[in-house]
Order: sequence, then structure tokens, then C-alpha cells
Amino acid sequence: MGLCNRYFYIYTRSGFRLLDVIFWPVMDLVVWGLIAKYFMRLNSDNPTAVSFLLGAIIFFNILNRAQQSISVSFLEDLWSRNLLNAFVAPITVAEFVASTFVVGLTQIFAVSLIMSVLAFCLYTFNILAISFALIPLFLNLLFMGWSVGMFTTALIFRFGHQAEALAWAVPFLIQPVSAVFYPVSVLPDWLQPVAYMVPATYVFEGMRAVLSGNVEIASYLLKAAGLNIFYFIAISIFFGAMLNSARERGALAKLVL
Amino acid sequence: MAADIESEVETIVSVEKLHKSFGKAVAIDEISFQIKRGEVVGLLGANGAGKSTTIQILLGLIAQTSGKVSIFGMDPWKKRVAVLQRCNFSSAYVALPYNLKVIENLDVFAQLYGVSNRKKKIEELLQLFEVDHLAQKMTGGLSSGESTRVNLCKALLNDPEFLLLDEPTASLDPDIADKVRKLLAQVQAERHMTVLYTSHNMRDVQELCQRVLFLHQGKIIAEGSSEAILSHFGQETLEEVFIAIARNQVTTSLLSGEHN
Repeated sequence: MGLCNRYFYIYTRSGFRLLDVIFWPVMDLVVWGLIAKYFMRLNSDNPTAVSFLLGAIIFFNILNRAQQSISVSFLEDLWSRNLLNAFVAPITVAEFVASTFVVGLTQIFAVSLIMSVLAFCLYTFNILAISFALIPLFLNLLFMGWSVGMFTTALIFRFGHQAEALAWAVPFLIQPVSAVFYPVSVLPDWLQPVAYMVPATYVFEGMRAVLSGNVEIASYLLKAAGLNIFYFIAISIFFGAMLNSARERGALAKLVL
Repeated sequence: MAADIESEVETIVSVEKLHKSFGKAVAIDEISFQIKRGEVVGLLGANGAGKSTTIQILLGLIAQTSGKVSIFGMDPWKKRVAVLQRCNFSSAYVALPYNLKVIENLDVFAQLYGVSNRKKKIEELLQLFEVDHLAQKMTGGLSSGESTRVNLCKALLNDPEFLLLDEPTASLDPDIADKVRKLLAQVQAERHMTVLYTSHNMRDVQELCQRVLFLHQGKIIAEGSSEAILSHFGQETLEEVFIAIARNQVTTSLLSGEHN
């Protein structure tokens, strides 16, 4: 609770942080929405193209925010030279990570709501058209985002400050093989098996299926959930191992001091 | 048997043959020491002597290569939360989040330490360190002296039985440093708190510490009261001892303290 309060103070106090959390997703939505409308004007064969693109932008933002809620929160503590105070407080690493989950969830709800309202007002795209599938699709992206965030933070434990850029880069490294804006079939044959190892692929394919009127997406959801559970467990173990390795090498002390 | 139990209870920190190497570089070379309840022990040494590594091992930030550390009779890594609940830490080099008000920062840490009646506790500490007028000020806007005193408020929130202080008076002017020293001495005496203190300010150490551990190249080369150490090395001040050891101008034959 104390850690959540701390993040609440940090985010509500800093106009620039709020700008960072809200500005980029909204700009993405506006720019990509306009591009999609333009393409629609050029070629109106597929009227769902705008919906696909706007849905993808809103959904990718969920993944990106969930990831950043862990990795960027960790970096902010590092930069403010406060991490040591948090590390030597009587809280477990799991509690520390869980507080970033909660903060991320709050951010995602707020930003997704703003984006959904804007998408409806500007482009008459209704995210609720996804109906009941919205919740499991959302949860799958959230879990994948948290796993990616823990993985990124573990890499910062391993490689130190030089790996900081990964906090922003990793979701975009995964994006081309996550079927965010296009179906897996568009990828070269040799890259498709890689895409099928990414939980987000099934979420975005599922989202497009629902928007195309296909209500049967249980297999997408199950595959995404199965992969998410596997990655969450594997990455939690990797995170613990990197933390211990950082303690043994003295890298943790160098990071937090 | 009863005496054994009493001795066990009274030893707050026990370090046995602690060794830490980073690859081939030895940072700490099988040091052993104990700190009893209510003692204020100074950990001194030149840069690279091993004092930061020792403190970081006690705080669970670095894992030792070999040897045993126990705080309150517990392994500080395996029983991390139980140990840290009864400890606290303050360093001139560790900040509180700059974009929170002083009162918000202290409230957050009071929650993390599970302090009951947080508001009253925070007010008491802010008054004790004469920084109550800063409660609504942003932490990032504090001067070094104010920041040090707010950090000390944070370090005393949970009434720690064992307090680690890493150069708490670094970067303070002599007036504020003197105030901080006197306040620390007062709080330590009132609460019978155990303190491990590192500083490059020998005046701090001479005034506050009942016992001093001198580290040199990863080994404890002298342990005892300031007077005993001065006498052993034939110097007038701890600063002279420090310089002589750092420059290898004295034979670093071991001076054992009363706890060895």
C-alpha cells in the first residue's frame, strides 16, 4: 500500500509524467486513425481496416503500458537515487513488483478509457464491439506486458545502466512478430513460427476475428493464456536469478547507489 | 546456560570470517566482528578498504563469497523482512523521491515500515530534527542540511534497534554537522540503539563511536576505542591514524578489540 501511494504521489505530482503516460498513446491514436481513414478513401474495399488499426493501437498500448509500468517505474527509482531506501525497507521483492502491477493497471484503465472515448468520438470506432472477448483479450495483454516488464528489468539487473533503453525498446522489438497491425500470414514463412510463440499474436488475431464478425475465438484466448502462464513462470525465475546474480557480482549495489 | 542465552540476545550483529571477492579482486578478507546492543561502532577505512562492501552485505545488497553474517541472530538475506523491520539506514548519498513533499515521503516510508500512529510519529521526528517547518516542502527543494535531517527522520521512523549510518554528515557545514551529531548522540542514548557508523569525518567518529573498526585492504587492522587506537598507533588524532594507515606509514599489526 505504501509503495502504491508513493507511485500515486509521483504520477499525480509530475505533469511531465502524466504527459508521457497520456500524450503518446493519444497521438498514436489520432495519427494512425487519420492514416487509416486516408487509406480507406483510396481503397474502400475493406471497411473494417480502420477498426483493425484503431483496435490494434489501443490494444498495443495496453501491452506497452503494462511493460513500462514495471521497467520505467524501476528506472525512475534508480534515477531519483531512491531505490536503496526501497530495497532496505521490510518489503519483499514480490511486493515491490506487485505494486508496479497495480500502478500499471490503474494507468492502463485510465489511458485505455481516454483512447476508447477518443476513438469513438473521432472515428466512431466502438471498442465495446469486441463485446465479452474484450476482458480476456485485455487480461492476456496485461500479463504479457508484465512479463516483458520483468524481463526488461531483469536485463537491467544483468547489464546495468547501459540496458536502460530496453525499457522503451523491448515492446517495439516484439511488435513486428506480434501480428499487431497485420495477420501472421503476412510475415515470411520462416518468421511465422516465431510469431506463434508470442502470446500477443493470438490476442491481435483474436481481436481481428471478433471485429470481422467471428465470435468463436476461444482457441486464440486459450493459446495466449497458455503461453502467458509459461512465460510468466519462466520470466519470474529468470528475474530472481538475475537479481541474485546482481547481488553476487555487486552489480545491485552499484545500480542502487 | 543462562549467560549464553543472554550473550546471544545481546549480540545484535555477528560477522564471522566474512569474505567477498569480485573475480580475483578481494574486497573483504575474512573479517570477523560483533556489535552488542546499544553500541555505536565506527567503521573506518580509506576508499576501497572494504567498508561499503561490508555495509552492503549487511543490508543484503551484496552476497558474500563465504563467511557468516547474522543480525538479531538471523541471516539477513533469508529472513530479510524480519531483519529489516528492526533496522534502518541513512546515507548522505541516497535520496528520497524529490517530487514528493517531505511529509508524503515520510508517510510512505512509515507505511512501508508498518508504523502505527504515523502522523504523530512523523511530527515528533520532524520536531526533534527541527525540520517541522519543511513538512509541506518538496523534498527536491531541500538544502543538503535539511535533506540529511529529513533522511534521519526516515531512518528513525520505525524506532530501529540497529541503525546503519553511511556518512550522515557528509556535505554538511560545521554548524549543521555539529547539530546532527548531537541529535544522533541524544537519540542513541535515549533509545539504547545499536549503530554502525561510517564516516570520513574523524570528529564524528571520535565523538559518537564507542568502538572503532579500522579496515585496510579488506582486513580489520585495528579494533578498539578511539583512545586505544591512538595509543596503539602513537598518533594524536584518528585523522592522523587514518592517513598513516592509508599511506602505509605504520605497521599494520593487528590491534584487537575487547570483543575478539
